Amino acid sequence: MMILKRDLLHIVLFCISYAALAALVGNSYYLLIMTLVPVWAVMGLSWNLFSGYSGLVSFGHAAFFGVGAYTVALTLQMWQLSPWYSLVLAGLLGGIGGLLVGLPTFRLRGHYFALAMLAYPLVMLYIFEWLGYQEVALMMIREQPLAFMQFENPQVYVYLAVVLLALALIVTAILARSRFGMSLLAIKQNEEAAEAAGIDTRYWKLLALCISAAMAGTVGGFYAVVLLVVTPFAVFGMLVSAQALVIAMFGGAGTLWGPVLGAVILVPLSEILHAYYGAKVPGIQGVIYGFAVIAVIIYAPDGLIWKLRAFFGARQTPLPASSVAGLHTKGSASLLACGVEANAAEFILEVKQLQKSFGGLQAIDNLSFNVKRGELLGIIGPNGAGKTTLFNLLNGFVQPDSGSIEFEGASLLKLKPNKICRRGIARTFQVAKPFPRLSLFDNVVIGAYGASHNNNQACMLAGAALQLVGLQDSAHNLPAQLSNRELRLMELARALAANPKLILVDEIFAGLDPESVQVVEQVLRKVTALGITVVIIEHSMKTMVQLVARFVVLDHGALLATGIPQDIVRNPKVIEAYLGKKWLAHAQAH
Amino acid sequence: MDVVQYIENFLQSFAAGILTGVIYGLMCVGLTVIFGVMRVINFAQGEFMMLGMYFTYFTFSWLGGYPFFDWLYFPFVLALLAGPVLFCVGNLVHRSLLQKVTGQNASRLEGGGHYAQLVLTFGLALVLQNGGLWLFGSGLVSVPSELSYSAWEMGPLYQDRIIIFINQNQSIAALLALGVVLVFARYMARSRLGKSLRAAADNPEAAVYMGIDVSRAHRIAFGFGVGITAIGGGLLASNAPFQPYIGTDYVIIMYAGVVLGGLGSIRGAFLGGLSIGILQQVSASFLPNQLQNTMIFTCFLLTILLRPQGLFGLRERVA
Repeated sequence: MMILKRDLLHIVLFCISYAALAALVGNSYYLLIMTLVPVWAVMGLSWNLFSGYSGLVSFGHAAFFGVGAYTVALTLQMWQLSPWYSLVLAGLLGGIGGLLVGLPTFRLRGHYFALAMLAYPLVMLYIFEWLGYQEVALMMIREQPLAFMQFENPQVYVYLAVVLLALALIVTAILARSRFGMSLLAIKQNEEAAEAAGIDTRYWKLLALCISAAMAGTVGGFYAVVLLVVTPFAVFGMLVSAQALVIAMFGGAGTLWGPVLGAVILVPLSEILHAYYGAKVPGIQGVIYGFAVIAVIIYAPDGLIWKLRAFFGARQTPLPASSVAGLHTKGSASLLACGVEANAAEFILEVKQLQKSFGGLQAIDNLSFNVKRGELLGIIGPNGAGKTTLFNLLNGFVQPDSGSIEFEGASLLKLKPNKICRRGIARTFQVAKPFPRLSLFDNVVIGAYGASHNNNQACMLAGAALQLVGLQDSAHNLPAQLSNRELRLMELARALAANPKLILVDEIFAGLDPESVQVVEQVLRKVTALGITVVIIEHSMKTMVQLVARFVVLDHGALLATGIPQDIVRNPKVIEAYLGKKWLAHAQAH
Repeated sequence: MDVVQYIENFLQSFAAGILTGVIYGLMCVGLTVIFGVMRVINFAQGEFMMLGMYFTYFTFSWLGGYPFFDWLYFPFVLALLAGPVLFCVGNLVHRSLLQKVTGQNASRLEGGGHYAQLVLTFGLALVLQNGGLWLFGSGLVSVPSELSYSAWEMGPLYQDRIIIFINQNQSIAALLALGVVLVFARYMARSRLGKSLRAAADNPEAAVYMGIDVSRAHRIAFGFGVGITAIGGGLLASNAPFQPYIGTDYVIIMYAGVVLGGLGSIRGAFLGGLSIGILQQVSASFLPNQLQNTMIFTCFLLTILLRPQGLFGLRERVA
């Protein structure tokens, strides 16, 4: 909250000085530009709130802007609704627009998402042309200027725009520092890991788009009030989406002040050049925005604000560092204990007749097995036996063709990974999937979100998890500074922070030196001591024989054998699968 | 209107649809080659088409119309010439801009440079269409063609009650477009360069180890894509008047066609573009003008939402 207070102070200072500057200006043309700067800054902030934080680039924010502008213009024309009310309505309709766009579009990824977003405002453009709204002028109601937001003095519009900007900045500051911002940053960096860590990625993306679209709708409505004329091309055109994107990216996407910086530089530049050379060079605004964004992509992909900070020698502000409460609390590991007495007779997970094929490849073939509560179970099999596919089925990345998976008696089928994580199944990845720009501690905090109600609790859980795996001393390092062993342990801590009852551990020993293997083994023993059930995948049997209580052996997706390690290593079928027929005879001879 | 007249109208617009559709197909092939090899969607593709149109228009006016004994087919030569010229332009654009965010340079960017590439071509589109406004003016222009006014008659059919007019200008343009597509597809499938482009597309890393210069492959693919679409633009330049913002209208058609056929497939893109052309012309008889593009968009959105692999299931890479 300390950080938020500092943000708030900066916002108030900036807005007051901007308004004071406007009070000194008399020229109505300059005042118009001074109104447009905050207007486009808000539009940039709107784009930034969605695309800057989530990493999903929207090429179609004009759709929401235009809906807002037409809402204000048409309600005034039809029902004499004052902009004071219709601006709220514009925000509301913009937000609904965000929901309607987001629901189908978030099913798309990458190129398809980008193409669809580009398409929405262009569809709207043609529809509004067809409806006959080629040019809607705002009705003049001069007798009640205050009631209809039609002021003689252009300075008032600057003040109103600054108020909008202050609101947008405050909303962004609050959201960015909260679970919202952290979740979106996690999605931006690794959506799959975020989902597996219990973050409902779809929910956060939808929420981000709705708030962002509501902002765009409101500011679009205000734009109509300022310019007094609305045309489809001016509010739905590609240049509107472009301006939102360019302003935010030019200043610095994913930062609070980036879009403001972008607007302060680009809007006056393009407007003034347009005023002086517009007659000779008609498309100059578009050319400037185009060059600005090309230059940014090539020379400063993170935006100007970082270059400025580097130039003024400012310390690189770390990404939202959560408070580190709980990191050194003694005995905090008990926070993670799952509170259920291990009862060897009870099954925590039951898999029955599971089938999954990819095209012609039968990855999992009629597989049934159980996991006892509190045990350390090893799933082994040669490469390509279907081990990772099995984990993907268990944590919901992939749905089975048939069969059932029951966790504590309830089916897991058709649940999304984040829901399964909340039920109490966490996982680690074979190739570590850290969020590269978050500190080790924040990486783990994200894992704790699913299991906690507030930030504080999440930090406590994360601290406990880090302590358990023994990484509390490197908590502030970035993933790039971690060793292979530490990355594996971080994965484990992130899974533990979700306060799971069952952890799926995917090839955690692969490529580790013998000393690290021992360290990780000890951590896993500590985890089971807390009553947490562990299922671990491995293709080498050697490390596992000492560690696990029981084996499940897979081959070509089917169950080959189950039993205690001593029996498994002598099982002829297992030896054959691992070493081939020739070795089977050899082994039996001894 | 009786039924026969409906049928006549339908056949008429269907024929017109095939003729424009073939040219759309050509433009879609250009877009899909770039995607197929580089995995980049070029948002500026419509603007390169616009450059092809203006190239044809300006060379035509600069040469003072029909310089060679009033040879009526002269504008088509200029349209075909737009291909190599824009190939060079595309080559330069790749060398100076796109190269910095694609291929080997992409890996150090966030998310594999994916959005950086889209944003870059988006910026390029803004510069080209607005720069075009400055250089070419905002007035509507077109290449005047005598052939536009002449048509072949098909018919009379069905007891002399149905006659279909086939515009000569459009027919020749369509034939040329088809020819370019066929030659190009064959070239990609058979030639050494075509094979190396496909190798670079399928597995850039392995291609590097096989001694293929992936950056050069990208540059050539981008040039091909831009050049092919520009030929399509040149062929349309005598069809209807245009202005510098025309790219936005056509880019919609191109995306719809390419997505319909499945991103990255040459045959799919051609068939997709053809379908969009037919759809557009047939719908023109019952939809108001502004809603035609909306309908194409709706098709496009429905395709990517319901069947992102494309309608024809031709998901082969650049073949």
